Amino acid sequence: MSTPTQVSRREFIGMAGGGIVVLVGFSALDGIAQERRFSYPTDPNAYLVIGDDGRITVLTGKIEMGQGVVTSLAQMAAEELGVDLATIDMVMGDTDRCPWDMGTFGSLTTRMFGPALRAAAAEARAILVSLAAVRLGVAKRRLTVRSGSVSVIGEPVRSVTYAQLARGKGLRKVVDARAVLRNAAQFRIMSHSAQRLDGREKVTGEARYAADIRLPGMLYARILRPPAHGAKLVHLDTFAAEAMKGVIVIHKEDLVAVLHEDELAADQARAKLSAQWSSVPPQPDTESIFEHLVSATQALHEVAAQGDLSSGRRQAERIFQMEYRKGYVAHAPLEPHAALAQVSATGATVWASTQTPFPTRDRIAKVLGFEPKHVRVITPFLGGGFGGKSADRQALEAARLAATCGRPVQVAWDRREEFFYDRFDPAAVVKLVSGLDREGHIVLWDYSVYGTGERGAIHLYQVPNLAIRTGVAPVYGDAAQSPGLHPFEVGPWRAPGANMNVFAIESQMDLMAAAAGVDPVTFRLRHLKDRRMRKVLQTAVASFRWRPAVGPSGRGIGLACSTDAGSYVASVGEISVERSSGRVSVSRVVCAEDLGLVVNPEGARMQIEGATTMGIGYTLTEEVRFRGGEILDHSFASYQIPTFSAAPRVEAVLVPHQDLPAQGGGEPPITTVGAMVANAIFDSTGARLSRLPMTPERIVAALAKSAAPARGAG
Amino acid sequence: MAQKLEFRVNGRTVRIELDPQRALLGVLRGPLALTGTKYGCGEGLCGACTVLLDGQAVRSCMTPLAAVDGKDVLTIEGLSRDGKLDALQEAFVEHGGLQCGYCTSGMILTATALLRATPHPSRDAIRQALERNLCRCAAHQRILDAVLGASGAGVRP
Repeated sequence: MSTPTQVSRREFIGMAGGGIVVLVGFSALDGIAQERRFSYPTDPNAYLVIGDDGRITVLTGKIEMGQGVVTSLAQMAAEELGVDLATIDMVMGDTDRCPWDMGTFGSLTTRMFGPALRAAAAEARAILVSLAAVRLGVAKRRLTVRSGSVSVIGEPVRSVTYAQLARGKGLRKVVDARAVLRNAAQFRIMSHSAQRLDGREKVTGEARYAADIRLPGMLYARILRPPAHGAKLVHLDTFAAEAMKGVIVIHKEDLVAVLHEDELAADQARAKLSAQWSSVPPQPDTESIFEHLVSATQALHEVAAQGDLSSGRRQAERIFQMEYRKGYVAHAPLEPHAALAQVSATGATVWASTQTPFPTRDRIAKVLGFEPKHVRVITPFLGGGFGGKSADRQALEAARLAATCGRPVQVAWDRREEFFYDRFDPAAVVKLVSGLDREGHIVLWDYSVYGTGERGAIHLYQVPNLAIRTGVAPVYGDAAQSPGLHPFEVGPWRAPGANMNVFAIESQMDLMAAAAGVDPVTFRLRHLKDRRMRKVLQTAVASFRWRPAVGPSGRGIGLACSTDAGSYVASVGEISVERSSGRVSVSRVVCAEDLGLVVNPEGARMQIEGATTMGIGYTLTEEVRFRGGEILDHSFASYQIPTFSAAPRVEAVLVPHQDLPAQGGGEPPITTVGAMVANAIFDSTGARLSRLPMTPERIVAALAKSAAPARGAG
Repeated sequence: MAQKLEFRVNGRTVRIELDPQRALLGVLRGPLALTGTKYGCGEGLCGACTVLLDGQAVRSCMTPLAAVDGKDVLTIEGLSRDGKLDALQEAFVEHGGLQCGYCTSGMILTATALLRATPHPSRDAIRQALERNLCRCAAHQRILDAVLGASGAGVRP
């Protein structure tokens, strides 16, 4: 027996090639369930809207920050639905319209959201084909789909469009419609290069970022900032600022802000705030941080172990004990954090540059005392993220100020604020003891990383006696979970932890290869059974036209490989070192990546090129200097990110692996850059650099210390 | 103190009464609602706010209105005509010379000034002209390809 409700949710719509099409409503609980369970919905209506005009709107909680998913997600939806890419409109990161999502980080969009979107689009297609079978009076197997139109095979005039079938309403489930994902051999849109869908908007200035949104009556806020993290406000005088015409001063708990309809006036008002702050201890600082990280680490957690370290030590004929270091690195997106908030008695709408619109919505709701459903976060384009916009301080500031003053408020950080509140990639130390036996095989690997997580620390090399430990819980950089370790907040930075770990591992592999008198490629292959890694490494060296040589060969060629975010990557680069100044120039890099199924090959190559060049920054120049909680670099004048003259020629090679689901693309190729360049510097000069960034001064110092003369080319 | 100023932006005359020491960037993005020009650093170091002033690339965050009075300003919004992209805009799309897009306006306007002065620059000359425009996504080689492509001096296969 059916209850009346269940009956009303079923609807027979007629005969289709001998079968009956039964429509059932998607569960209304689906929307609620996904909010509570934090999972992706199964209802295709949560992802897709088929418009009367034939245009398809794709809804996603992911955001576009340059990585190109605005295009690759559209490709996936278009492929499975059977529509042209040009008919897709993307709505991204709008918490009222899009299905819940935890955030855009970890190279997870294609890996985790992609399958959900494809499944939804495939189901929508199956439903539409069932409906078309009824409309056209033929069996489903006699139908074909092309460009959003279903037609009878061999009779193209007998057709019906998706728009006609959907009639502007949501799709209802068809009981016997079976969704089947298209396979790589069938792809017409996926795995074919597509131009960025956001290209036109971005070359005309039409693309909107958070600081570009305007509302009537909005105020520009400028917030009083401490001189150092940890400094407390001990005295405040707002008299001069308040005397300025049209200035609103808000002092609420920790938040001191001046607001004005005119942005410049707000700037001037902030300059008139007179504040005294408590002083903070000047330790640790840029140089003492490494000792601090080791001594402040409470305990090491083992993440991998094999064999027995003491027997490894006995077997080893030669022991290599190294300590690798890396400083704090800023995200430094070109777009500083910005938000515009409008708050009423019943709810809030906030436009924010954030990688995590749903968690940001929840935090705003908590701060303002609303239910999350009464807060809407809208995410315009982001001008770069790299993990740095997983935080949302600016959105909370804007929401609190808007709630207090009753008018829309924009908070747009200046560059100094952007550097100050950047949750940096953490400084880190790796202590590594490895050993080679008489035959040149690695028999010992004793590895501990301090200050950052274990991502990238587990390698694929065959080592019988091994221990890998980390001093921090494997969280994406939440300093609260390692109290006292870092003097300010740190956070996820493109492949968090992996840049440090791969630098240490691949530097160590290189120095052991040289000590064993073996070409570094041969040495790695000798210790690699993993066929995927071997293929990627061999592809990279073949594309580079690597000629085997024992380092240091004097040529200035280095390589490194890693696995990250489900992908495998190998980079080979050529550099030159100006010995007098210590300046390094990276001229050419070949980077091979196996990222499984590739949705947009050109998009993947852009990520490889961008990651490689961005990696030159943390490798050669980027390090945030500080004294306790005081951040000394707060401008592009002293903090140098790669410029055109630093950008190498990057040749991206996609290693085909179409039968493996799509893996992470944007992060893996940055993980190899540090060691690749360090190994190339060693190959050129015989000097081994163990601290990132390898600044000119450090290179000059290492050259002076290095006794090993270069052997000359060949 | 506020003064009466008159200049042209994208061919349209602007008459405005403001402090001539005010930076052009804030005026473009505020009263003129031309938000295609971006704030990146406020110190003239990143190039995101680059516009053309009488054909010369300038950092609008460092350009006081006093220097603009009586002159022609070209912003990213003024490049396309009747919805048709100009050659550089086309080339940036075609070569994928952008990712997040935040530096793009400044890149295109700096390159516009270069190509007006040097219609067929070498790759090195383009690199030099763009050296002080920062791109954090690191689309550098495709930006060079795009400018070369637009100049007709060569397109990558």
